[in-house]
Amino acid sequence: MVPALDVRDLRVHFLLDEGTVRAVDGVSFSVEPGKTLGIVGESGSGKSVIGQSILRIVPSPGKIVRGEILLRMENGQGEPTQLDMAQIESHGRLARSIRGKEIAMIFQEPMNSFSPVHTVGSQIVEALRLHADVSPQEARNRTVEMLKKVGIPQPEHRIGAYPHELSGGMRQRAMIAMALVCNPRILIADEPTTALDVTIQAQIIDLLKKLQEEFGMAILFISHNLGVISEISHEVLVVYFGRVMEHAPVDVLFREALHPYTKALLRSVPGIDTPVRSHLATIEGTLPDPYANIPGCPFFGRCMECEGRTVCRDDPYSLTKVGPRHFVACPRICVADFA
Amino acid sequence: MLAYIIRRMLIMIPTLIAISIISFTIIQLPPGDFLTTYVAQLSASGEGIDQAELDALRHRFGLDQPIYVQYFQWVWNFVRGDFGHSFEWNKPVRSLIGERIALTILISTCTLLFTWIVSLPIGIYSAVRQYSWMDYFLTFFGFIGLATPNFLFALILLWFSYAYLGMSIGGLFSPQFIEAPWSFAKFIDLLKHLWIPVLIVGTGHTAKFIRIIRGNLLDELKKPYVTTARAKGLSETKLILKYPVRVAINPLVSTIGWTLPELISGIAITAVVLNLPTSGPLLLSALMSQDMHLAGSFIMILSILTVIGTLISDILLAWVDPRIRFGARESA
Repeated sequence: MVPALDVRDLRVHFLLDEGTVRAVDGVSFSVEPGKTLGIVGESGSGKSVIGQSILRIVPSPGKIVRGEILLRMENGQGEPTQLDMAQIESHGRLARSIRGKEIAMIFQEPMNSFSPVHTVGSQIVEALRLHADVSPQEARNRTVEMLKKVGIPQPEHRIGAYPHELSGGMRQRAMIAMALVCNPRILIADEPTTALDVTIQAQIIDLLKKLQEEFGMAILFISHNLGVISEISHEVLVVYFGRVMEHAPVDVLFREALHPYTKALLRSVPGIDTPVRSHLATIEGTLPDPYANIPGCPFFGRCMECEGRTVCRDDPYSLTKVGPRHFVACPRICVADFA
Repeated sequence: MLAYIIRRMLIMIPTLIAISIISFTIIQLPPGDFLTTYVAQLSASGEGIDQAELDALRHRFGLDQPIYVQYFQWVWNFVRGDFGHSFEWNKPVRSLIGERIALTILISTCTLLFTWIVSLPIGIYSAVRQYSWMDYFLTFFGFIGLATPNFLFALILLWFSYAYLGMSIGGLFSPQFIEAPWSFAKFIDLLKHLWIPVLIVGTGHTAKFIRIIRGNLLDELKKPYVTTARAKGLSETKLILKYPVRVAINPLVSTIGWTLPELISGIAITAVVLNLPTSGPLLLSALMSQDMHLAGSFIMILSILTVIGTLISDILLAWVDPRIRFGARESA
């Protein structure tokens, strides 16, 4: 079966005067329709750039230097084809016809993600009318319907509201309505719950799950919050320094994580049974210098398990299959003659 | 919206009262009055004037009344449209300043339009193509425009057109039209001369506006809502014009109010150089000869224009920015 989205060896580099930042450095994954892939990583790990490059909206001077972003396209004769998003012109007509229509995105900041001087409704109507040939009245009706679906009370009334008149949770719901109004096949959610209260977070996650059941879109859920990721994802990609450290189904990852980085991340999440006033576990050290080109394991130096063995530093990075749908990039586990 | 406009107009009333008191005080501040200056002029030219005649004049102009009576009389007459009498010109103030104020407003409005039409596209271009060679080029000329005093630019332009084009560009009308009544031919002649002061006064403001638009737009281009619009599939040109530019010009809309008086006073020096029949030179001479009614009327009218300009810009701002219209604060 052809997946909704198939990303292969994606490399996105930022060519700056100070050097090259390898924001995404050889990332591969695929998502099936109706499934959710969680992408988890620290700030600066490159997880947001993955989302932006799929939509081809990576800010300058970022460039896709290698890799394929294969988007499944229905050509009407039943036989799906694949379009490589990495090869098309980012400002071109084709890219624009895919953005918002086939692939939609929701963002972290519900405060600033709507233009403050236009009504929320007009911005949703605009998205719809860009991609569908509908009359203004029809567009309005469908927008009201969509606002209702995302759980905004009095949608006929709220369609005329400005962003500052809505609460954060309502704005994020409106954002979801705008992303889903064209019925996209892929939804990229870049930290959509980070700026919200925990109770609102849970509501938004439930809403996304419900809408996924209804519309059957594939979701790419980007977050640094492991709790949120475990709630919504079917599979999880753990990203560090622009590379995949571990890739596994969600239950496998949370039950038997293999990579020391994943394990360290899981340890740093406070649980309900964590003793009160005990120190939270942290990962020692910081991300490597962004300009560095590290051939081996980028977690080398912060890792608690390799004990400074040079094979971890020198063995070229590679993702190895260790179980059905379970991949890990750790020389300690994968290199046969690890000593 | 209507309630907002009415509220703003009510606020104008105390502002205008305060302005009238201040302008009256300023006019009265220098020692002596017009007659002192008049007597000094007469004695300088060797003529004398007897006390009785002087008292008669003083009584006629109401200069022997207590100061607050003079003030209320002045305000009352002003409200009825009687701006008083110019001592220096011996004519009603109204007939002296009517056309000049009209021409000043005309030049200011044209300059404002010129400034917006030129600076908006350049500012947008400079921001969108930040650090391109064209941005540097436009910035370079913008700073030259900003740094050159208007009168100097006027002098250079005068000299250049006289020396190389063989034409005099001073004034607003050709000689044969100066005293002529208004006609279509005179209007065309006015348009032929109008671009020069507009260009001269406009350059400095254009340069300033370009910098403001560029700076504001650079901030706005980084905002998440621009990315949202891009992710929707909007074309780059359309999304820039529709979203960040709309937000970036808001602060400029609010400056229309102060741009008006700035333009008027900016024209004053240029007007002297270019020999323009606008209000500036007349105001200057009225202030120097303590021609009280003329100077007072000028200051009052210019202040009223400023207050009206501020009102217009406030209404425009409320119209373009819903956050102001509803009196809500932006939650950051």
